[in-house]
Amino acid sequence: MLATAVIVFREILEAALIIGIVGAATQGVAKRTLWIVLGVLAGCVGAVIVAGLAEVIVGLADGMGQELFNALVLLAAVGMLAWHNIWMASHSRELVVQMKQVGSAVKEGGEPMFALALVVALAVLREGSEIVLFLHGQTAQGVDLPTMLSGGSVGLLAGLAIGVAMYLGLLRIPTKHLFTVTGWMILLLAAGMASQAANFLVQADMLPAWGKLWDVSSALSNRSMLGSLLHTLVGYDASPMGIQMAVYVSTILLIGVAMKVVKTADQNKLR
Amino acid sequence: MKRFLAVLCLSLCAVPVMADEVPEFTLIIKDHVFVPAELTIPAGVKVKLIVDNQDATPEEFESHELDREKIIPGNSQAKIFVGPLDAGVYPFFGEFHAATAQGKLMVK
Repeated sequence: MLATAVIVFREILEAALIIGIVGAATQGVAKRTLWIVLGVLAGCVGAVIVAGLAEVIVGLADGMGQELFNALVLLAAVGMLAWHNIWMASHSRELVVQMKQVGSAVKEGGEPMFALALVVALAVLREGSEIVLFLHGQTAQGVDLPTMLSGGSVGLLAGLAIGVAMYLGLLRIPTKHLFTVTGWMILLLAAGMASQAANFLVQADMLPAWGKLWDVSSALSNRSMLGSLLHTLVGYDASPMGIQMAVYVSTILLIGVAMKVVKTADQNKLR
Repeated sequence: MKRFLAVLCLSLCAVPVMADEVPEFTLIIKDHVFVPAELTIPAGVKVKLIVDNQDATPEEFESHELDREKIIPGNSQAKIFVGPLDAGVYPFFGEFHAATAQGKLMVK
């Protein structure tokens, strides 16, 4: 039971953190709960489909279908996170003003939630499909259902608790600064995902590694709890490859510049 | 543009040639155990690992030290490229059966 709980927890953690950040980043957006729930549900359905197609996906692209699929899912999420941040660059100020006027319940004029709901769905799909495959394998091995369900629920609840803690922690930030903080978090989240996508493409031999930059595993390993938390949140890697760093920095620069351009254009419009 | 296309063609043609030079090593998963549990590979070169899952259940090959993860469905094989690596010991495990599926890459 414990083994099941640990695996489900580790897989759920990344999705839970992402949902927590998305929740905080969409404070004051109309119907956001509905969108996030829809994202989770779509992700669950997708996870079952992807798990069912696992053997097909593995066989695609000369045996590298899984890496390619993971990289594409990650890059799609990066695109949606980028889109959110660029949208926020020109709208966050009015959103803050509205929230101060009417509390957190803004009725109209919120952000189109589609992009972030898709980010949630993709995170649930990626992590969820591994859980489905694992649990399916467990039943095939004759592990009984109560053991599996209890282990699965413990892992699920523990993972969700961390997601909720992330959300509540972010909400303690004063409204004025909230979107600045979530904007930075989403920027680093996107860069981390892009670097992870690059790693999958190196694993598939579709991108060069460009060497290993350093190895600080002895100080903070990828295996540790903090290491894996930071891996999800900011793309931490104890021994990054050159290509990962290049993709990481380029993603931050590209999204950062786009945000700046949109913000400047928006301010000029007001003048 | 022409030059770009020429470079693109050349680099595409170069890929299969390079792929031939990558040394291959095979790991077998049977009864949720890696065979061999310690696999020696050369340092400083890219290596292709072929993980042959002979169990009926899926396994996830995972290594924090190698920064690799790949699901291998039951009764199937998967290719995983690793390296070039520095000399050292790089543990890996089967996440779905971590109690028994443990192994190490000895890079020399």
